[in-house]
Amino acid sequence: MEQFINFVKKEFAHVWRDKKTLLILFGMPVIQILIFGFALTNEVKNSEIIVMDQAKDQASQQISSRIAASRYFDIQNSVMNNKQMEAAFKKGKIKMAIVFPAGFNEALLHQRKAQIQILADASDPNTASMLTNYVSSIIQDYQNSIDKAAAIPYLIVPEVRMLYNPQLKGAHNFVPGVMALVLMLVCVMMTAISIVKEKETGTMEILLVSPFSPLLVILSKAVPYLFLSLINVASILLLSVYVLDLPVNGSVALLFVESTLFIITCLSLGIFISVKTDSQQMAMLISLMGMFLPTVLFSGFMFPIENMPYPLQLISNLVPAKWFYLIVKSIMIKGLGFSAIWKETLILGGITLGLLVVSLKSFKIRLA
Amino acid sequence: MEYVIKTDRLTKRFGDFTATNEITFEVEKGEIFGFLGANGAGKTTAMRMLCGLSIPSSGTATVAGFDVYKQTEEIKRNIGYMSQRFSLYEDLTVQENIRFFGGIYGLSNREIKTKSEDLLEQLELKNEAKKLVASLPLGWKQKLSFSVAVLHQPKIVFLDEPTGGVDPVTRRQFWDLIYEASAKGITIFVTTHYMDEAEYCNRISIMVDGKIEALDTPANLKSQFKASSMDQVFYHLARGAKRSD
Amino acid sequence: MSSAFAIEVNELRKTYGKEQLVAVDDVSFHVNKGELFGLIGPDGAGKTSIFRMLTTLLLPEKGTAKIDGYDVVADYKQIRKTIGYMPGRFSLYPDLTIEENLRFFATVFGTTIAQNYHLIEDIYVQIQPFKNRRAGKLSGGMKQKLALCCALIHKPTVLFLDEPTTGVDPVSRKEFWEMLKRLKAQDITILVSTPYMDEATLCDRIALIQNGKILSINTPQNMIQQYPEQLYAIKADQMYELIKALRKYPEVMDCYAFGEYAHVSFNGSFEDNKLKTYLKAEGLTQIEIKPVPPTIEDYFIKLLKN
Repeated sequence: MEQFINFVKKEFAHVWRDKKTLLILFGMPVIQILIFGFALTNEVKNSEIIVMDQAKDQASQQISSRIAASRYFDIQNSVMNNKQMEAAFKKGKIKMAIVFPAGFNEALLHQRKAQIQILADASDPNTASMLTNYVSSIIQDYQNSIDKAAAIPYLIVPEVRMLYNPQLKGAHNFVPGVMALVLMLVCVMMTAISIVKEKETGTMEILLVSPFSPLLVILSKAVPYLFLSLINVASILLLSVYVLDLPVNGSVALLFVESTLFIITCLSLGIFISVKTDSQQMAMLISLMGMFLPTVLFSGFMFPIENMPYPLQLISNLVPAKWFYLIVKSIMIKGLGFSAIWKETLILGGITLGLLVVSLKSFKIRLA
Repeated sequence: MEYVIKTDRLTKRFGDFTATNEITFEVEKGEIFGFLGANGAGKTTAMRMLCGLSIPSSGTATVAGFDVYKQTEEIKRNIGYMSQRFSLYEDLTVQENIRFFGGIYGLSNREIKTKSEDLLEQLELKNEAKKLVASLPLGWKQKLSFSVAVLHQPKIVFLDEPTGGVDPVTRRQFWDLIYEASAKGITIFVTTHYMDEAEYCNRISIMVDGKIEALDTPANLKSQFKASSMDQVFYHLARGAKRSD
Repeated sequence: MSSAFAIEVNELRKTYGKEQLVAVDDVSFHVNKGELFGLIGPDGAGKTSIFRMLTTLLLPEKGTAKIDGYDVVADYKQIRKTIGYMPGRFSLYPDLTIEENLRFFATVFGTTIAQNYHLIEDIYVQIQPFKNRRAGKLSGGMKQKLALCCALIHKPTVLFLDEPTTGVDPVSRKEFWEMLKRLKAQDITILVSTPYMDEATLCDRIALIQNGKILSINTPQNMIQQYPEQLYAIKADQMYELIKALRKYPEVMDCYAFGEYAHVSFNGSFEDNKLKTYLKAEGLTQIEIKPVPPTIEDYFIKLLKN
């Protein structure tokens, strides 16, 4: 144990004395948070929505069928009460709900004025505002078409409510994304490089020719990065709470537990890369191309996964960052507890275990 | 006497560290000049300045008649360079290496063709011409590397520890090549850690802590320091060195 | 487990790559306890591959090797507890200080600096004034001393030094060998490799190695005595002209430069005056001819040429 502690101390010394890397390590989250502050716009197709039609009259059904005909929307089985609707939102099954109050047609015909309630999941603010805009314009179209036949104009008032993120803050979306990215970079790349560095300088030879267990060599190299990554998680959260005014709605403790799980996933990946490569450049290249890009592409925080072709959607399931992103979004923004994310956690845990086993098994106790 | 290298109080400072401290010497045409010194004595820095890779802090020097401050491009065209570490492309064949290095020194394709045939003949590498350099034994690589460095008939060739780790027979074959080049009028500027090789040089300089502490023929140096071998001369001078790399 | 030999190597073989390049070609030798044994040969002779197999870093393709009676394949864990190893390249942490490096390697081997300080004291006092300096900023000679301290700190029974003096200037080389002699007195078996022939005489026994094969194993003295011919050292004003002239001389069997002299051996009888006259006719002056005892390098050259 004393050996292990000493080893970890040495690793901290390496990290601490390399000021340039240290700067990148801790500067990166700040810079990324600022860069991604400019949210990106994307087109949305076939978004799942539900229509809760409490009126079931001529007008409500005409509007519903117009919405159903649009390529932007995919109407799910309708539900009849608010509870069911809320559950569907929380599970992420739907992006938007449209509610026709009872007596919709009657109000429109007699009072010439009726209301439609539009609820959108604004934890993805871009999608939410786009969807509500599309619906509003469909309603506007319908209103114009009935206006032509009437002397006095009709007025349909869409009452839009953005759920979870009423101010439509883009930050809600990118903070979990940046978290996944930063952890990926720090853990995968830094761990891989620090192990490969020992191979390059020849110190790995000496360590192997010592009674110190090779597995402990690897584990003690991973410990400092676990620690540094937790600091990064904390600093990202502090930035989002105090700079971006974005509260953590769920349990902070749960968030840290889940982050630790994801960090371990990344560390195992880093170890795996280090086992398979012999030079720092190679390790860096593989970390960037093989890990960083899929994270950006497939985690869903920059490019909505539901817009991707089916095979790519399947591939996205293999990207650990996707699951972590879903988890963080649920905890931070929706304020959900473990019961809502246990499935994602289980999948992430499975991936981690698999990676850990593969990388520790392929670690060589000899040079070749 | 025609001097190929002439330096006067040549100095290179890095911050407040003086790597090469006012070195003054001349090297004659066709001479084999041994440039010795302990690790960190400033040999590499001096050699870089003479090759036009690094601008001196003060002092003057000409190499092949060109100024090391202003005419570095001309210098590079008139010298050859070979070191233990950066010699040839391992992933190219013998023939490809010759063609490439001949090309960068501006030889025409015809010249490259005839010269590479002569060279392969002389080194007995005809059968290996199409083999990757990586597959050759170290000694052969070093010999090939030297021949490539003098392919364009430079006025002077700089050799940085060319025989490190090479077996004793190949080491001597290597020196045969050096003698031949010198007989053709190419000046040789060589560093080595083998003291017996110091004896093969016409004259040698020994650097200690950035300064040239001794410069003469091996025989004169031995009598000057009342030593029986160059090893002793070197030990006598370098023992007092305060710094190393 | 006890064994008469510290190191026992039997027909060890290693090839690399698809082309099956033979790095170590059925090598056998043994090293007695407390012996300073040298593997002498040029780069690429297979020295490092032998070291890596003996230090359990590489698996032999064929053959067996034992360290203190332990098999390098089956008992690798046991061997890793007892040996010290200094690889060919500088292999310490450049960003850690002298003291941190030493302390780290001590804990890796489950010991402390204090416990075996007597072993390294001689060497460590020389670098102790700089103990807070980072290893990357040390001179070649000091790095080498620190690396040796790190390899010794757990009191190994067998010490493996792979080319510890390569690229090191002659002064530091001399100092290093003096340190090894003192270690030998502490009953540590040392296997050392070097491309420098002049270091061979400092070993108890040596193996000359080329292209993965051992050419000869013996004490340096015996090797010199085994040299079959009388060797002459010949000097003249121009070395290269001298060698060219000698090679044309019919009785000359072999001739090569050796420091300020050419070393020459002859077929059959040799007449001093006849040779001198010949060399003078070739335009050489200041001719000096004298018989000399051969060196290990002469012996090695002889073996390579046969």
